[in-house]
Amino acid sequence: MACGKDGEQDSRIGGIAASIRVVPDFPKKGIMFQDITTLLLDPKAFKNTVDLFVERYIGKDVSVVAGIEARGFIFGPPIALAIGAKFVPLRKPRKLPGEVISEKYVLEYGTDCLEMHVGAVQPGDHALVVDDLIATGGTLCAAMNLLERAGAEVVECACVIELPELKGREKLNGKPLYVLVESR
Amino acid sequence: MFPFSSSASAPLAHSLRLPSPSPLPPRTPPSHLYRLGLPNFRRRLLLLRSVSTAVRAMASEGGEDPRLPRIASTIRVIPDFPKPGIMFQDITTLLLDHEAFRHTIDMFVERYRDKRITVVAGIEARGFIFGPPIALAIGCKFVPMRKPKKLPGEVISEEYSLEYGTDIMEMHVGAVQPGDRALVIDDLIATGGTLAAAIRLLERVGAEVVECACVIELPELQGYQRLGGKPLFVLVKAA
Repeated sequence: MACGKDGEQDSRIGGIAASIRVVPDFPKKGIMFQDITTLLLDPKAFKNTVDLFVERYIGKDVSVVAGIEARGFIFGPPIALAIGAKFVPLRKPRKLPGEVISEKYVLEYGTDCLEMHVGAVQPGDHALVVDDLIATGGTLCAAMNLLERAGAEVVECACVIELPELKGREKLNGKPLYVLVESR
Repeated sequence: MFPFSSSASAPLAHSLRLPSPSPLPPRTPPSHLYRLGLPNFRRRLLLLRSVSTAVRAMASEGGEDPRLPRIASTIRVIPDFPKPGIMFQDITTLLLDHEAFRHTIDMFVERYRDKRITVVAGIEARGFIFGPPIALAIGCKFVPMRKPKKLPGEVISEEYSLEYGTDIMEMHVGAVQPGDRALVIDDLIATGGTLAAAIRLLERVGAEVVECACVIELPELQGYQRLGGKPLFVLVKAA
């Protein structure tokens, strides 16, 4: 969680959390969907969100920010630009042109696949993985596997929102997770 | 390096394209572009001179922004993707070059920061990469324009034509209000169908679309003709 030096919550977090809209029963009944589009409509909240991540990672030798399609594409690039890192999109199958590596991962029903360009990331790269939200951790795990297969070291995973009850944090192979808001 | 210096503080919109009455002559892609066989990950993208007299006049006034060759050189062309015959303009290599990515955003921000833009609408998914940094820099809302069934809650939908069949673009109800001044962003304009759908969505809720902005234009496809008279600003034209 984003905290100040005394362990208190950063004063910007309240505004960020308040700007996130919960939409019930999306994409299906029983799911309370955490909608960050309302955060993006609040320029101050959006700026504070990016600033909190940038403050954490600037000067920490992060050379790659990998963003997970599609909402990771919204938060990842501003962070990458601010800290001077490459931005690498991690995409659903058949979206990236040219040579890719693929990583399969498990969904509630069935499997899905995440792809990354060959050559985008090199051994020695230090990577940050960014997405809007961590639920079960399956997608983030697939992202980390792709980066590690290419020889990068995953420094941390960063999300705006965590759903702690789904325990996604435990699926990250010991890699640290940094989030701004927990949603219960 | 360049003979002319820009007198204005904002970079010239030297790629600004107004609707032209005469179609551009058909042009086959230069084969050397993909037969270069460079060992390097990056390929060279040709910077085309404009063929419209209106744009040529603007270009000669101030010369080319020195950041453009770096930006253009980072774009990779992938032949036969997603299908044979298509030369795909891949901006992921631009995103790997931090300076080129920074320059790209800066050029858009410099153009729009004093234009009273209140909303940047980015088209899924590559418009999500370029739109938010622009919105953050100019301090305005970012609105994602998405494929169907991705946005939760109430949406409005706009159908648009593809080469074969149609697709649908959606925007959240309430994201944009009457009186909002909108900029539409995508990585590339081809036929203009997607941008046109975005324009229609924004206008349906009462916003004014100020301009469409893309990194790359495929001029042969004359997408600028399909924007309902709205101006288009691009950084790079691809053969």
